[in-house]
Amino acid sequence: MKSRKLSLLLFAVLLGHATIAAEQPAPESIILASTTSVENSGLLAHILPGFTKKTGINVHVLAQGTGQALQTAARNDADLVLVHDPEAEEKFIAAGYGIDRGQIAWNDFIVVGPRSDPAHIAGTRDAVAALKAIASAQAPFVSRGDKSGTDALEHRLWRVAEIDPAKAAGGSWYRDIGGGMGAALNTAQAMNAYTISDRGTWLSFANKGELTVLVEGDPRLLNRYDVILLNPAKHPVPKQALAARFANWLVSPEGQEAIGAYKVGSEQLFHPSAAAPK
Amino acid sequence: MGDVWAALATAEFARIVALSLTVSSLATAVAAGIGLLCGAALVICRFPGRRLVILLANAFLGLPPVVVGLALYLTLSRSGPLGTLALLFTPGAMVIAQVLLATPIITALTHRAIEEPWQEYGGALRVDGATRLRSILMLLAIARRSILTAVLAGFARTISEVGAVLIVGGNIAGYTRIMTTAIVLKTSEGEFGLALGLGLVLIGISIALSASAFLLWEK
Repeated sequence: MKSRKLSLLLFAVLLGHATIAAEQPAPESIILASTTSVENSGLLAHILPGFTKKTGINVHVLAQGTGQALQTAARNDADLVLVHDPEAEEKFIAAGYGIDRGQIAWNDFIVVGPRSDPAHIAGTRDAVAALKAIASAQAPFVSRGDKSGTDALEHRLWRVAEIDPAKAAGGSWYRDIGGGMGAALNTAQAMNAYTISDRGTWLSFANKGELTVLVEGDPRLLNRYDVILLNPAKHPVPKQALAARFANWLVSPEGQEAIGAYKVGSEQLFHPSAAAPK
Repeated sequence: MGDVWAALATAEFARIVALSLTVSSLATAVAAGIGLLCGAALVICRFPGRRLVILLANAFLGLPPVVVGLALYLTLSRSGPLGTLALLFTPGAMVIAQVLLATPIITALTHRAIEEPWQEYGGALRVDGATRLRSILMLLAIARRSILTAVLAGFARTISEVGAVLIVGGNIAGYTRIMTTAIVLKTSEGEFGLALGLGLVLIGISIALSASAFLLWEK
């Protein structure tokens, strides 16, 4: 009786092994370290099947935020990156981790907040002035605080505004949640707080509640997405050729068309930009 | 809620459930193999450091999954000691993480379950001249109800865990996304209905598995 149970157990283990072995990636697969905005907005799920169908290459997407994605790639655990923080990208390339940066798309960041708008910023275009108004009203503001591209942009804007939000007026209105864009939007919605979001995540976010777009159109809110190949001298991984094929496809007319065709409702989330860099 | 149930009835969702169950049952099977032997051995074998192992097994009942995930990530990273295995961001890495989390639980609970039968029957087994392996199997059979609880506790840990598998699996769509990581994702997308629906399915599966295990084992 006992031994039959044991052999059943063993069988289950072997079956599981077989299943897992079947799950191993085909030799033709690459790991793309990316930001939550391009994954959670549905963009990659929309464009990847076309690429895989054409080339047979599976792209496994890690949605991590720019800081973590670059860190993952620097540790050699991804084959290429798709991120949106120009300053961090330049450091990554200067440190010798990356080569061949190419812009593939752009959209914009927006300041969102409660309809009641205690800082009275609705309809303005100057993002820095809006942050100053939020700080002086001491209205609740949710910060990503996770070294993502959006977090980096937010901190650049505070620097331009010459405000250290963590210290300004005790900083109790400034809430650093250390989380992704979705978590920040959920928190802002629950606290009636302001936050800065990329447009892609905002448009596909399902829990907007009282939140609405208040400030948009400032040139400083431009959000560019770059694909970066890894330096073969530092990353001697046989996947580099596959990664290069994917990067080339993203900037090709076919890839650009796929990016431009992605819509949520009637709104286009990402503007292809390889041909005419902004 | 209608569209929530529609979303739960897709092939993608079936795949997520299947992968959750495969990873967790495989991890539980391996952890049970190690944990039952070790837990019983801790009772009937005397060796230096035995008490320390018992202490550690009990302390590791509360091993933080995030820490296990991070340590395993650094180990399996391509720039880590086991990078050549190419296991990071695969279901295999998730199984290893869950084995690390479930093994102390099964070990500690098995040790506790076997202690009493050993005091009761240990003398007789020794008089019989039973080998250690045979003694272990006898004791496990005697304490089978508590052992079942130990294994189910290990399984519960694996199926409900999210911190470690998120780090070493990467929550890759169609490849390493399982129920708990999908719940985290759906929550971050503000899709609370879908996240909650997934959670209910997860709880339902746990109840169904425990119930069938009890029915099979105790009849």
